[in-house]
Amino acid sequence: MAKEKPGSLQIKSFADHHVITQPNPLRKVLFRVPESDRDDPVARAEKARAGLSGEFKKWMTIEADRLSAAHAAILGDGFTSENREEMFRAAHDIKGDAATFGFPSAGAAAESLCRIIEHAPDLDEVPADLITHHINAIQAIVRERTKLDTAVMASALSKQLRGVADEFLVMVNRDRPEHLEAILAPSIVPAE
Amino acid sequence: MYRIDFNKLRFLICDDNPHMRRILRTLLHSFGAREAYEAEDGATALEMYHHYVPDIVITDWAMPIFDGLELAQMIRQPESKGNPYAPIIMLTGHSEKRRVTVARDAGVTEFLAKPISAKGLYQRILNVVANPRPFIKTKTYFGPDRRRNTSNAYIGPERRVGGEMEVLQQPSLLDKARTSV
Repeated sequence: MAKEKPGSLQIKSFADHHVITQPNPLRKVLFRVPESDRDDPVARAEKARAGLSGEFKKWMTIEADRLSAAHAAILGDGFTSENREEMFRAAHDIKGDAATFGFPSAGAAAESLCRIIEHAPDLDEVPADLITHHINAIQAIVRERTKLDTAVMASALSKQLRGVADEFLVMVNRDRPEHLEAILAPSIVPAE
Repeated sequence: MYRIDFNKLRFLICDDNPHMRRILRTLLHSFGAREAYEAEDGATALEMYHHYVPDIVITDWAMPIFDGLELAQMIRQPESKGNPYAPIIMLTGHSEKRRVTVARDAGVTEFLAKPISAKGLYQRILNVVANPRPFIKTKTYFGPDRRRNTSNAYIGPERRVGGEMEVLQQPSLLDKARTSV
């Protein structure tokens, strides 16, 4: 498909902008099927994804350990731009992946940690326990998930961490309206 | 009802996380795609973009070397010898409204907030295949038309000088990001 030449461009020029259209180069991949067609590519894909679920705990453990390693580097050396970036990226990956892997509460705790890293004016002034509790909570949620009574506890734990983190962030950003607005804005992702 | 022949589409996946790349590859192959190239950072993705000329790019935002936002900006160079018009789907853990706006202004075509679902990904792909948007070029922007609807509530001056522009009605990128399933 990609080897085909793109269609010719049509350009309409206005005083301060151009509007560019081209015949849809991807139109040829669309085809019509009757409403009665039973093939469901989305269901097929969800089934294939579920087939990977045996790997999810291992993957989450790797991601949680990467976060702990980043935290350990910070405890040893203090915050540097490199280790701050690594901790943010590790937490951000967990935030994005955890729900897909069946660990939504770990994702919520990781999101709370990301917000601290992004919005604290000075990370050296963040109470060390606040960060440590987030890391420990993520590790605990990942490692104890198989116990039947942990799902509710994990959810309550991540919500409590988020509450404490938000209270701290609102306080330290009271004179930084652009950060305060971002902290208080609702997420575009529906809550679990 | 329309379907996509994924077998004819070439994808470029860019995500530094190998687990997410595996999930994406699994979903695309299950849809029927055969060609899905993978990069783990923006610089490699840009090289692969020029080499493989993919039909659709799916990129993460936060990555080493240069990120998905910079990748989108580098693809959207109107004078580039490569194809500056390929649809770019930003798949990211960022979930704040301002991020959607920043991605839109970098020339991103669709925004999909993680956690990823097969349905959300399929819908974004279907939309870029079936409903391509015209491109707008100004002094400061080159990318898909950012106007997705007309607002009766807007009372300011027309910001595009020189003529009324037909607007293809679609939900805003932010509204679509909010319904990520």
